[in-house]
Amino acid sequence: MSDRLILGIESSCDETGFGIVRLGPDGSLELLADEVASSVEEHARFGGVVPEVASRAHLEALVPTLRRALDTAKVELSQIHSIAVTAGPGLAGALLVGVSAAKAYAAALGKPLYGVNHLAGHVAADTLQHGPLPQRCLALLVSGGHSQLLLVEGGLANSITEIGSTVDDAAGEAYDKVARLLDLPYPGGPPIDKLAKQGNGCAIAFPRGLTGPRDAKYDFSFSGLKTSVARWVERAERAGEEIPLADVAASFQEAVADVLTAKAIRAAKDLDVGTLVISGGVAANSRLSGLAAERCAEAGIELRVPRPRLCTDNGAMIAALGAHLVAAGAKPSPLDLSTTPGLPVGTVQIL
Amino acid sequence: MLVLAVDTATPAVTAGVVELAPDSPPRLLAKRVTLNAKAHGELLTPHISDALAEAGKSYADLDAIVVGAGPGPFTGLRVGLATAAALGQALNRPVYPVATPDAIARDAASGRPLLVATDARRKEVYWAAYDAAGRRTDGPHVERPQDLAGKLPAMGVRQATGEGAEIYAEVLGLELLQAKHPSPEGLVAAAAAEVLAKARPAALTPLYLRRPDAVEPTGRKRVTRA
Ligand SMILES: [Zn+2]
Repeated sequence: MSDRLILGIESSCDETGFGIVRLGPDGSLELLADEVASSVEEHARFGGVVPEVASRAHLEALVPTLRRALDTAKVELSQIHSIAVTAGPGLAGALLVGVSAAKAYAAALGKPLYGVNHLAGHVAADTLQHGPLPQRCLALLVSGGHSQLLLVEGGLANSITEIGSTVDDAAGEAYDKVARLLDLPYPGGPPIDKLAKQGNGCAIAFPRGLTGPRDAKYDFSFSGLKTSVARWVERAERAGEEIPLADVAASFQEAVADVLTAKAIRAAKDLDVGTLVISGGVAANSRLSGLAAERCAEAGIELRVPRPRLCTDNGAMIAALGAHLVAAGAKPSPLDLSTTPGLPVGTVQIL
Repeated sequence: MLVLAVDTATPAVTAGVVELAPDSPPRLLAKRVTLNAKAHGELLTPHISDALAEAGKSYADLDAIVVGAGPGPFTGLRVGLATAAALGQALNRPVYPVATPDAIARDAASGRPLLVATDARRKEVYWAAYDAAGRRTDGPHVERPQDLAGKLPAMGVRQATGEGAEIYAEVLGLELLQAKHPSPEGLVAAAAAEVLAKARPAALTPLYLRRPDAVEPTGRKRVTRA
């Protein structure tokens, strides 16, 4: 069999992504294009993603972003073999724009359509950089929208089980809220990371959520941490102390990275899994990847973190997941496919 | 010319295949319409494929696409526009946006001044006014029906159509005509001159008429020393 070109479409949050991946006869993946239009700046003054603003931006960005992806890959739409689109989880109105367009592209071109899971896409992104996944691996997904620990067995098209997730805020959400508290811009991840580098992560002992002996072993909680940072800052202000911003940022970041990596390593040991993949927007955080590298090396676990561009939401990861499904001989989704804002991670494809 | 018409600005999921020739009204070959305000995303593309199949045509046979640009509830409205934009790009065919009430006004063809009002939810209507020749003279706007009612005498409109006109018939006090949702022929008629002239289409901009609901956070906490 010859090469097959897979188009991936992503619109679950505030990035409109079109990616094109070449699936080789041997199952190898080659990334040909990864074009993203982001509405992040339009959300900045609201301190978080405004769904209607994101949906409007997706509609505007569709046609030009696909055009750029085709130009970058130097292919025509008619050469596309299959189309994959994020069908969930995500913002309802935002998902609907991408899925509506994907259906129209598939119908007009007479190509198969795969409605896929955004979270599985984040794991698939890593295979664009590091090749096929081992038979069993753990994936830690951390971003503004998700914090999950997943067990992937027998490949992405086969089985994904959620073994842990956040019980309140996503990790990235906690970053955004703490950034606001420290008067740093939205999104909060990059400015906190930068400021933390000048601070001492051990200066303030912020709490580690859900790490007690009776707590859920693999679940996360970041809401208490955020509150605790707020209380600490308020107390210092009342006492008329100068706020050591860099130390607060570093100590907050240390608490997040400590809990995420400790739980991931513990799960890997408990489940006897030798590989950890970290993906999602927060994977780019320097302390998280640094601490994960340290602890994985100690525990003899292979760590895979895709480059930052592949970690954030994009169409390439959806194209990669589509390629895994096509390679596995999966049946296409029907054209009356629904979007599913609360799609569970175990459902890799909507049929 | 073979024209595809789609509209998702009302609870109707509308797709139709229409034959358009100079100097004659658009002729419907096949259509699929489902009344379900929550199913635009699921049904629109299957409706288009089914209508084409019934007409004995394929996507490649289409010469142009006409899409209702609203106003209408945002989430459903975008389905039609995203679908039309993607079809236009995939088939390399022009996509002509029309104001949805213009199509409904064509359908009503009352020959007298007419108000078209659709349901904007939140106790408001989207409305536009037309003269006896069917030309739009005002709108589209979004407004409370009570406020619109006060303007009607000055507009000289005595007939109304559309779901909003039906829901608020008592408030508006106008004679109610039957056209409720835009038909494929009405949509194509509203864009016929441009389609036939192969004019350069206008941008596919939805007629939202309302800003997104979003509030900037207040009570922002400052811990940095100014
Ligand atoms: Zn994501």
